[in-house]
Amino acid sequence: MTRLREKAAPYLLALPAWIWLGIFFVVPIIGLLWMSLMTGNIITGFQQTFNVAIYPEVISAYWEQILRSLGYGVSATLLCIAVGYPVAYWIAFHGGAHKTTYLLLVLLPFFVTQVLRTISWKFLLADDGVVLGPLKAVGLLPEDARVLSTTLAVVVGLAYNFLPFMILPIYAVLEQVDHRVVEAAYDLYASRFHAFVHVVLPLSLPGVFAGVLLVFVPSSADYVNASVLGGTNNTMIGNIIQSQYLVNNAYPTAAAITFVLMTILLVGIFSYAKALGTERVMEVQAG
Amino acid sequence: MAITTEETPAAHGAGPTGAPPAPAISLEGVGKTYRSGPGTVTAVHRIDLEIQQGEFFSLLGPSGCGKTTTMRMIAGFEEPTSGTIRLAGKDVTGVPPNRRDVNMVFQSYALFPHMTVADNVAFGLKRKKVPSAEIKKRVAEMLDLVELTDRARYKPSQLSGGQQQRVALARALVNRPSALLLDEPLGALDLKLRQAMQLELKRIQREVGITFVYVTHDQSEALTMSDRIAVMNKGVVEQLGTPAEIYETPATRFVAGFIGTSNILTGTVDTVSDGWARIGYGHGQHVLAKGDGTAPNEEIVLTVRPEKIRLSAEEPDANLSRIRGTVREVVYLGSTTHYTVRTVDDTDIVVFQQNSSDASNLAERGDTAWLSWRPEHSYVLPG
Repeated sequence: MTRLREKAAPYLLALPAWIWLGIFFVVPIIGLLWMSLMTGNIITGFQQTFNVAIYPEVISAYWEQILRSLGYGVSATLLCIAVGYPVAYWIAFHGGAHKTTYLLLVLLPFFVTQVLRTISWKFLLADDGVVLGPLKAVGLLPEDARVLSTTLAVVVGLAYNFLPFMILPIYAVLEQVDHRVVEAAYDLYASRFHAFVHVVLPLSLPGVFAGVLLVFVPSSADYVNASVLGGTNNTMIGNIIQSQYLVNNAYPTAAAITFVLMTILLVGIFSYAKALGTERVMEVQAG
Repeated sequence: MAITTEETPAAHGAGPTGAPPAPAISLEGVGKTYRSGPGTVTAVHRIDLEIQQGEFFSLLGPSGCGKTTTMRMIAGFEEPTSGTIRLAGKDVTGVPPNRRDVNMVFQSYALFPHMTVADNVAFGLKRKKVPSAEIKKRVAEMLDLVELTDRARYKPSQLSGGQQQRVALARALVNRPSALLLDEPLGALDLKLRQAMQLELKRIQREVGITFVYVTHDQSEALTMSDRIAVMNKGVVEQLGTPAEIYETPATRFVAGFIGTSNILTGTVDTVSDGWARIGYGHGQHVLAKGDGTAPNEEIVLTVRPEKIRLSAEEPDANLSRIRGTVREVVYLGSTTHYTVRTVDDTDIVVFQQNSSDASNLAERGDTAWLSWRPEHSYVLPG
């Protein structure tokens, strides 16, 4: 009896999580798929017609926004690595006794909601706002210079919003790097640069790998940044999904685009994992 | 197989005049003081050491004695706050570790976890831009020397502790440094393996002829392997000498207590004659010791090793140190028996007696027995 209980315990403990995932993930996903194959409209109602043709339709209608979203996602991710890696490195190796404080500072802006933070950027970067205004006044920028409604604004906004998701996993891995291993590299004639390239960087790749996933997926699917900081030429696929659902009430179309985006992201992630070699990454962690 | 160093000892620092080669490592007044909160902590007090080419040299002492700091200063990981460090006669004070011709074997091995054994060993040669054909050859030779040829493609995490240890050794030795620094390299191994590795290290050192500086807190390890030992305590070198010198003639009370087992006796000098100080305990009991510089009525401390003492029922010869006591403990250890004997002035003296065919069961607990030893086996300690 007790043995049976012992065996069942892990499953019982996992049960709430399974129920949660079932109700709030599996059921909606199936519902979404079901919805995407319906036809009709909000007034007359939707009927299930297994309209598979919707998929080629939405892809040909929105491929431009899909590609743009992926492009923005990749750019924001690269920007996050460029900015986040040095920050994580500095906190892990030079943070001393104040590491927790620095991490808190990284996270502090994120206690404010994403929409509010993004709108603050809109205020700061307005054409005659606190940044551009004075620069134009002293003639450092031409009168028609602008940041808002450009690709730059959206990509930088995305990178800003998801930066902690890059910093934290990289920090967590760098923090685990044995300082004596780095010393061993110096001892074996490596310059600081070579010690970084041949020892620290390879050992931190699992963190970069995790950070890329955590930043790329949500930033590709984001719609807040494009709608607040972008212009009509910066529409992302997230904005299309949002307007199809909430403005046009074209539920099947919205559901189909959602599925296309999900599929692309999943395929992308798996090929990325395969290319980089998850096993190799995991091995480093085990070592 | 034989590994030879490229450079002969004479190539280091010795001029064409035929002067003796410069020591592999020399420390002149090297000290290290750390800032700690409002005050300072001195880890190493102005040490002077000369370590010769090809020597197996140990820094021995308890944890916190400054031995690891001293080694890290030689490697270049710490800068001394005073003094000069020379490698083969060249001043390297202030030179970073990657530009010093010494390599270190770390206590935790510090192998690169993401590289194979062969890549770990090749790391230093690649940084030195040695041609790849030669790297291949030297890595293969080195893996052969440490008997890990069949593990070349393994990752460190797939190896046992002893194998990782040997990779760490190979990774350092392959560079043919002018000296190899080893920081308690056997500390993580179990006793059997540690003893095997001690002999192995000694063999490798003989084969490659490179200067080894070995940091350890294990006195038997230091005695087994070293040509010379510096015993350190509280940031100073208490004694510098061969294992036999350090064991047989400890210079200070600390060394006597730290290396092996020592009996410490205190007493007041009665007479000094012909350079021998005599401490009398009454009833024909006395201890004799080489007493240069001692005077009657002076309080002295002296030491004698347990295996130098003979236990007997009958009264020993009067020209030996001899003292009587009650046997309080008898511990039979197979080849030897350890006796603890309490003397008239309540000092416990430990005696190791070989269990040879004619000398077993010399005494039992509660017996009264004589202890005797030759006068030259006790040493007067300072303070």
